[in-house]
Amino acid sequence: MKADKVLNAKGLACPMPIVKTRKEMKEMEAGEILEIQATDKGAKADLTAWANSGGHTLLDHEEADDVFTFWIKKG
Amino acid sequence: MTVQSISAAEVSKKVVNKKPLFILDVRNEDAFADWKIEGESIEHLNKPYFDLLDGVEEIITYLPEEKEIVVACAKEGSSQMIAEMLLEEGVEAKFLEGGMKSWSEHLEPVKIGNLTDGAELFQFVRLGKGCLSYMVIADGEAAVIDATRMTDTFLNFAKEKNAVIKHVFDTHLHADHISGGRVIAEAAGAAYYLPPADAGEVTFDFQEITDGWKVGLGKSNVEIEALYTPGHTIGSTSFIVNNQYLLTGDILFIDSIGRPDLAGRAEDWVGDLRDSLYSRYPALAEELIVLPAHFMKMGELNNDGSVAKKLKDLFTENHGLNIKDTQEFRDMVTINLPPQPNAYEEIRKTNMGKITPEEEEQREMEIGPNRCAVR
Repeated sequence: MKADKVLNAKGLACPMPIVKTRKEMKEMEAGEILEIQATDKGAKADLTAWANSGGHTLLDHEEADDVFTFWIKKG
Repeated sequence: MTVQSISAAEVSKKVVNKKPLFILDVRNEDAFADWKIEGESIEHLNKPYFDLLDGVEEIITYLPEEKEIVVACAKEGSSQMIAEMLLEEGVEAKFLEGGMKSWSEHLEPVKIGNLTDGAELFQFVRLGKGCLSYMVIADGEAAVIDATRMTDTFLNFAKEKNAVIKHVFDTHLHADHISGGRVIAEAAGAAYYLPPADAGEVTFDFQEITDGWKVGLGKSNVEIEALYTPGHTIGSTSFIVNNQYLLTGDILFIDSIGRPDLAGRAEDWVGDLRDSLYSRYPALAEELIVLPAHFMKMGELNNDGSVAKKLKDLFTENHGLNIKDTQEFRDMVTINLPPQPNAYEEIRKTNMGKITPEEEEQREMEIGPNRCAVR
């Protein structure tokens, strides 16, 4: 999936993946897509819940070699 | 001033002693709904940490002024951050060390009683998951029953008591938590026993326990006897310790009974479950004290934090032992069962030795409440 921006949150523990995602999102325009790479296992459930509560959309996610990749469209 | 932390052991003491505690749980709402720190004296507020990143002012009015506040999250990081934000606003709160992960793994040893010749029986209460394990110690020898995967706790406990672990049993092949039995047996050079009917697919060597099999400890008179009581699984075996205690595994709990479906065979095993509960247990001495492998609700704990009750009392108080109609019983244990435990198929495979997940994965597999019972 083509992203407007990529955030490397690999190796970061909770809450940092969300803190950084939120910061990046603030600087983006509605409709733009942020790709997030994280290794924290809790990131998936938390990013999904965070995106929903913030009006963003989790478009897709995948897991490969212990790295979780998420694509979130800004709402 | 810096933010203070509180350990799972300290929280568990407060839960057992019914000390008031206010838990600000900052995990996401699904995680909170699934599983949380519970207790009669515990109050909760669930507010995900990611909704508090702009500030904690909005929740401060919901926090008690007089009560001790503990912030909890999955691992620790988020709760520490929120506790720091609260402190900046003048609210003192501790964060839970190691988060819910540590809560899930904490074991509280409780002495159940003295047996003959200075022998002792201990129960290891896993408050965060509802698992109960046991150690019988007599004349410098120990037997461990239904150990969880926090194996160091059992090994160190035996060492402190100057006892050598000689026998390690599992009452059945567990589906809700990963057994520590095999690891403990290997570390201590002890024998590991399983009921053969549960162990058909097991990939390692073990010793078989069969109905009526007995073992003693040291030169004491303490004896542990196996009683075949199938139903939760086809191999499920109870243990009678010194004619005083009845370890029921996942067949009989304090306020519920075992479910027969976790190995996919509810219809086949419901008759066995009925027979164990309605024929085999009633044939035993009513004064036996029942020690199950799980509890479901904090209300099942006695005042000293133990989970134990006379068989006689369970025959009058436990609904699952008082269903006269066979069909009604069959329906209760096969229809409308609660959801199955998290990852129960992977947990069974792990306990069979078929897969060997890393510790982190084992933790993930065990997350959530145990669901071995029907009420």
